[in-house]
Amino acid sequence: MTAATAPTAPATPRIPVATRLTGFGQLLRLAWRRDRILVPSSVLGLVLFSVGSAQATLALYPTDAAATAGLSSVLANPAVVALYGPASAQSADALAVIKTVMLGAFLVGVLGLVVVRRHTRTEEDEGRLELLGAGVVGRWAPLAAAVTLATAAVVAASVLSALGLAALGMDPAGSAAFAVAWLTGGLATVGIAAVAVQLASTTRGAGGLGFGALGVLFAVRAVADSADPGTVLHGLAWLSPLGWAGRVEAYGANRQWVLVLGLLALAVGVLVAVRVLDHRDLGAGVIPVRAGPRRAGAGLAGPLALVTRLARGTIVGWAVGMVLGGVLVGSLLGAVTDMSGDPAIRDLLEKMGGGAGGLFADVYVATEIHFVAAAVAAAATALVLRLVAAERTGQGEVVLATATGRVRWYTAHLVVPVVLTAALLALLGAVVGLVGPTVTPDAPTFGESVGATLAALPVVWLMTGVAALLAGALPRFAPFAWGVLLASFLVSEVGPLTDLPSWLLDASPFTHLSTLPAGSFGWVAALVLTAAALALMVAGGVAYRRRDVA
Amino acid sequence: MRCTVGGVTDAITVSGLRKTFGRTVALDGLDLTVRAGEVHGFLGPNGAGKSTTIRVLLGLLRADAGTATVLGRDPWRDATDLHRSLAYVPGDVVLWPTLTGGETIDLLGRLRGGIDEDRRRRLVERFELDETKKGKAYSKGNRQKVALVAALASGVPLLVLDEPTAGLDPLMEEVFQRELAALRDDGRTVLLSSHILSEVERACDRVSIVRAGRIVDTGSLDELRHLTRTRVHAVLEHAPSAEEVAGWPGAHDVTVEGDEVRCSVDAEHLGTLVADLGRRGVTGLTVQPPTLEELFLARYQGTGSTDRERENEAQPA
Ligand SMILES: Nc1ncnc2c1ncn2[C@@H]1O[C@H](COP(=O)(O)OP(=O)(O)OP(=O)(O)O)[C@@H](O)[C@H]1O
Ligand SMILES: [Mg+2]
Repeated sequence: MTAATAPTAPATPRIPVATRLTGFGQLLRLAWRRDRILVPSSVLGLVLFSVGSAQATLALYPTDAAATAGLSSVLANPAVVALYGPASAQSADALAVIKTVMLGAFLVGVLGLVVVRRHTRTEEDEGRLELLGAGVVGRWAPLAAAVTLATAAVVAASVLSALGLAALGMDPAGSAAFAVAWLTGGLATVGIAAVAVQLASTTRGAGGLGFGALGVLFAVRAVADSADPGTVLHGLAWLSPLGWAGRVEAYGANRQWVLVLGLLALAVGVLVAVRVLDHRDLGAGVIPVRAGPRRAGAGLAGPLALVTRLARGTIVGWAVGMVLGGVLVGSLLGAVTDMSGDPAIRDLLEKMGGGAGGLFADVYVATEIHFVAAAVAAAATALVLRLVAAERTGQGEVVLATATGRVRWYTAHLVVPVVLTAALLALLGAVVGLVGPTVTPDAPTFGESVGATLAALPVVWLMTGVAALLAGALPRFAPFAWGVLLASFLVSEVGPLTDLPSWLLDASPFTHLSTLPAGSFGWVAALVLTAAALALMVAGGVAYRRRDVA
Repeated sequence: MRCTVGGVTDAITVSGLRKTFGRTVALDGLDLTVRAGEVHGFLGPNGAGKSTTIRVLLGLLRADAGTATVLGRDPWRDATDLHRSLAYVPGDVVLWPTLTGGETIDLLGRLRGGIDEDRRRRLVERFELDETKKGKAYSKGNRQKVALVAALASGVPLLVLDEPTAGLDPLMEEVFQRELAALRDDGRTVLLSSHILSEVERACDRVSIVRAGRIVDTGSLDELRHLTRTRVHAVLEHAPSAEEVAGWPGAHDVTVEGDEVRCSVDAEHLGTLVADLGRRGVTGLTVQPPTLEELFLARYQGTGSTDRERENEAQPA
């Protein structure tokens, strides 16, 4: 053997980029065809969210003077900044987007994440990518198609929103900066998604990684943004893409150059993803699948045990999230209480969903609960929709061919989210109740705080019921549960600050959240909501018993 | 073959079953009888309606018309109760990615109401199954084995297997065949949907062939053979004329080249033909019964002597 042929590690053959991208155009068309409802309707929803709430806010605060009458100090308050990001500008325009910049950047990111995952890991998980991969399709093509479509969706939502805002007569430079904020958050999340779908070996694992990362980045930003400007902690916001979105300060500093960071994050994400992709097997991730026990534990018997076991990772993830969120909310209570003398702050926070009366810290907690209720309802929706996913893969068929009746199988998919949401809300309340009093004497007590979070349960269960009805009766339309949840939340979120018609506001379950710990608990509303939730679940069960399962 | 008739009730009876999905007619008046204690082959081309029938029998789909009785029960109304007495292996097994094979077997056994530990151990050994792998990590054949072990380890009287060996290697196919024989000796009933003809020939007492949502034939393989044409090749001293050939009852595709005659003949007319050939001085004769493939192809394609009214005589080479 000569030196030239000495056994070295086999060099990866250099495949031209064009070859690795073969089939990209066709895959992109296929992805678009599959998403031609999901993407346009999501983009439309996001544009309506930003433009609609801006228009309504401007109607309420038509002049800069009206908007800034005491409000600028509110917006600079650390606790408020933690929620909505920094917005120090003294203008009506800035107020008009306070609720949509940060939340929108987050939601645009979620859209990007969902689109990337749908066309990469999910396809691979369900074996369809193998079918394509064996054809004339380059190794990078599916990822490239997914990232392209996701990027297009993010760009469309951001640019159309900015155009809409400018059309309302808002400052053009500020509107462009608004687009930059959304683009930065959205594009960076697409980059994160590209990596997450390479690392995890299952769709759910990729979701856990992606959404988990998004949650952590939001928390990092919240902590950093609420710290005193000039401190090191405050600078940490630059570590989070959502922090970048905030630092654009649309309709204020208008730092449009931040877009570079978003583009950079996307590029880095895609490069890392491609690198991983080149070194892993089709169908596998990087996180290896370890061997497990030979026999099932005694507890793994019955549908409820199975559903719980399969949700184990999700349950742990959400529990960790609740503890972190609780610590954050609890420790921010000190900042809120400092501002309690200002009536304008109370007015704004009450309009943000906190309700009337009580201590200022209570109002703030109630505002936070509004957000958490939506998040927990999302967890419940995802768990309920597993009933439909199992049906599609055939796992449901295998279970239903045993002595497990349909009602038990359906019920198991409801018991887990119903109990889990209660546990998660109680956990959050407990952490806030433990941390809050160490920061300020005005914080709600342990009992008040747990009571307040649990009071959100009827609304959460109602959203669970919506998902249950769809899964039970109309499995093909089950994903609409997400649309209902998002629309309900957004309507109630921007509603009070705007002049949305009251029937629309009343139609959203989130409008009927209790105002605890500040106000009083509406027993009647809670009972009506719970009864409605139960009715939806039962109706779904009746339909599930009668329909074909295949 | 064991005689399974006489006093024993039928495990599965289906009559006039109809099921449509939108405009697709999946089952179009299907009748099926599986006798207690037999291994019943269920065959047919892709999309014929086998899996749909099985899903109706499991109570997963509701038939639009017709009746189905499984172990004396209505599968739609008494599904849960019925499922205590049957085990099912789907054609395309998707395991839970986070559960190991061993956990899956235990879980499915428990959901069915118990598992026979001895049998479980023996099956795992025979199928050489690594129980510690997670669902995600199994190869197709190994996924299939997990489902097979889970089903075979239960002591239920009825097994419903939808292409259970798709993906098994020949060694494992052999193990499966032996297990199937053991089940039959045990007096258990098996409905086996399959595309592997040799498997069906070896394992099944009777078969039903479904095409376009209807049963086109039911019976033992011998009976089916009897209904299919035999090929005859003869070398004669005196070749027959065209008119003489036309007079042969039950003969098809007759070709005469010099002193050689080829044709295929319905089984019941074989004797007459051979007698006629004998009178012409036979110097060479081959009589070839239909191969299994011919038997099924004829029925899958809707030709052959069972469809006597059909004039389309296209025979595969
Ligand atoms: N859930 C469904 N929705 C719509 N059409 C269906 C559904 N299930 C089956 N079909 C249709 O019903 C017909 C029968 O399908 P079935 O799965 O029973 O065939 P099969 O005999 O099992 O075929 P194979 O040998 O390929 O497994 C096919 O035309 C199929 O497309
Ligand atoms: Mg089938």
